[in-house]
Amino acid sequence: MVKAPAPRILTANDLLEGDVLFLGHDGWVRDYRAARVATTASEAAEIEVLGLAAKDARLIIDPYLVDVALEADGTPAPVRFRERLRTLGPTVRPDLGKQAERRS
Amino acid sequence: MYRYDEFDHRLVQERVAQFRDQVARHLAGSLSEEEFRPLRLMNGLYLQLHAYMLRVAIPYGTLSSRQMHRLAEIAKRFDRGYGHFTTRQNIQYNWPRLKDVPDILAELADVEMHAIQTSGNCIRNITADPFAGVAADEVEDPRITAELLRQWSTLHPEFSFLPRKFKIAVTGSAHDRAAIKVHDIGLRLVRSPAGEIGYEVCVGGGQGRTPMIAQVIREFLSKDALLPYLEAIMRVYNLFGRRDNKYKARIKILVHEIGVAAMRDAVETEFARLDVAAIAADQDEVARIAGYFAPPVYEQLPKDSSTLRTARAQDGAFHRWVETNVGAHKVPGYTIVTVSLKPIGGVPGDATANQMHVLADLADRFSLDELRATIEQNIVLPNVKADDLPALYVELVAAGLSTANVGLITDIISCPGLDYCSLATARSIPIAQALSQRFADAERQRAIGPLAIKISGCINACGHHHVGHIGILGLEKAGEEYYQITLGGDPTETAAVGERLGPGLSAEATIDAIERLVEVYLARRQSGESFIAAYRRLGHDAFKEAFDAAA
Repeated sequence: MVKAPAPRILTANDLLEGDVLFLGHDGWVRDYRAARVATTASEAAEIEVLGLAAKDARLIIDPYLVDVALEADGTPAPVRFRERLRTLGPTVRPDLGKQAERRS
Repeated sequence: MYRYDEFDHRLVQERVAQFRDQVARHLAGSLSEEEFRPLRLMNGLYLQLHAYMLRVAIPYGTLSSRQMHRLAEIAKRFDRGYGHFTTRQNIQYNWPRLKDVPDILAELADVEMHAIQTSGNCIRNITADPFAGVAADEVEDPRITAELLRQWSTLHPEFSFLPRKFKIAVTGSAHDRAAIKVHDIGLRLVRSPAGEIGYEVCVGGGQGRTPMIAQVIREFLSKDALLPYLEAIMRVYNLFGRRDNKYKARIKILVHEIGVAAMRDAVETEFARLDVAAIAADQDEVARIAGYFAPPVYEQLPKDSSTLRTARAQDGAFHRWVETNVGAHKVPGYTIVTVSLKPIGGVPGDATANQMHVLADLADRFSLDELRATIEQNIVLPNVKADDLPALYVELVAAGLSTANVGLITDIISCPGLDYCSLATARSIPIAQALSQRFADAERQRAIGPLAIKISGCINACGHHHVGHIGILGLEKAGEEYYQITLGGDPTETAAVGERLGPGLSAEATIDAIERLVEVYLARRQSGESFIAAYRRLGHDAFKEAFDAAA
């Protein structure tokens, strides 16, 4: 039996600013909760193509897919610890990164 | 201190202009991401976990007040108000924006600094003893050699695309504070029986996933043969170093695979073929460089400072700080002050822009305008009069820079780890913070004595864990961070790679395990015996039993 692929979102960094970004439903967003979720292999391939196009258009760098778990309301949350950190910022500096913006 | 000549100025300024143009061309679409990536890396600009990171070289660790002020201004104006001093005498900014980087590089060039050779498969920023020029046990200031090597290696066409990165360190003292034995090439200035000054040349050391201690390839190399001999080593490496597998591409693997004797033969054969006179440094240029490192004008002072003696008697905290953070200077009446960037619970190596400004001002006021960055991620004020120590201390206290722990268990080296680094497998800073808090008590630290804990957040070993008396390596398994402990590492002239104690532990269990290891040491040490000396006498198993009992 082939295991169904985990749902995935596409992440990258903003070319000019360096900020962590996620592909949303209408362009790139800074909040992973607004990311467009790919639940099938073909949807994942589709968002990957969008990522490469955005890279070629020099909007972002280093796009790649991230495994997520879906909460009850469908909000994605990265599975890997590394990717969770990218949605927050350095754990040793809660005053910096996305975690700081979210609190303010 | 070294001052750029016309050539140096032109080189860094041209580099800034080039990079500005490369950024513009990338944004305009004429340079693709694939084309631009190596260009940004050649200028020290990495992409990390949350943002870009700019690594700036502090050649052989030496800074003037003006340069330190500039580093602070960059942190404030272009970053988030702080910088991170690394384990290789660099400073890293964690949040620069690509669009600002050409301006940052221009600000650096203006004070004779740059980010060249801080990335890529080239000869990296040359490191040196942070006590260079002031250590009492020094044969010669290693920075003269380091600067010569900087000039020789910068943009050297033959060595711009090596199989892998290449790190050189230089010390002028018998006691090695530059960890030369874990560098690709380690140079130690020595005096021959006839009184001539030259180099002992070591090759093939390194950390990373395959730690190795460098071996002596030449016991005595006369000074004028330095560049030709190193060129011969680089050529042998460039020809025979593996390029098929990046994990086997460092020179240490070549030396290990063919053996040091065969390596020596190959280097000597190449050396004999070279036109030594054509490659050797011009003696006038060497003299020019040496002139810049001529000792500053010191005052004639009594060896003993009554001001210092009185202050130590009156203030216990000051006395303890002098004991741990102040070292012997070669000139009577002067001292070497190490300012700890390891406050209890802090991030090792981080300094705020304000702290950098304070350090720059204090160097101007008390240290003949000089500062040094150390591979232990601290800052040295190398020329402080003993009489001035009380006044300096007051200023350091006010700036939160007076932690009295240099060389003690809370003076921990830590790489940025998974809090910042995209290569990391686990966080390392929180481990450093937890250990620092666990051993915060000043009396307990002093009772434990010299003990170096070094932490890396991945196998690449930027946190030097292989050469920590206690080393910690952070790894990941099934989404969980875990930590392996090694014991017995040593970065000095008695260099050794630490030995692993057993299976990895959780973060919390790691802190407990280290406390138990320290207790074994305290219970079994002989009078005056340091942790590393006790480890060597008692053996690995004495500690492993305690570890196993608790693991």
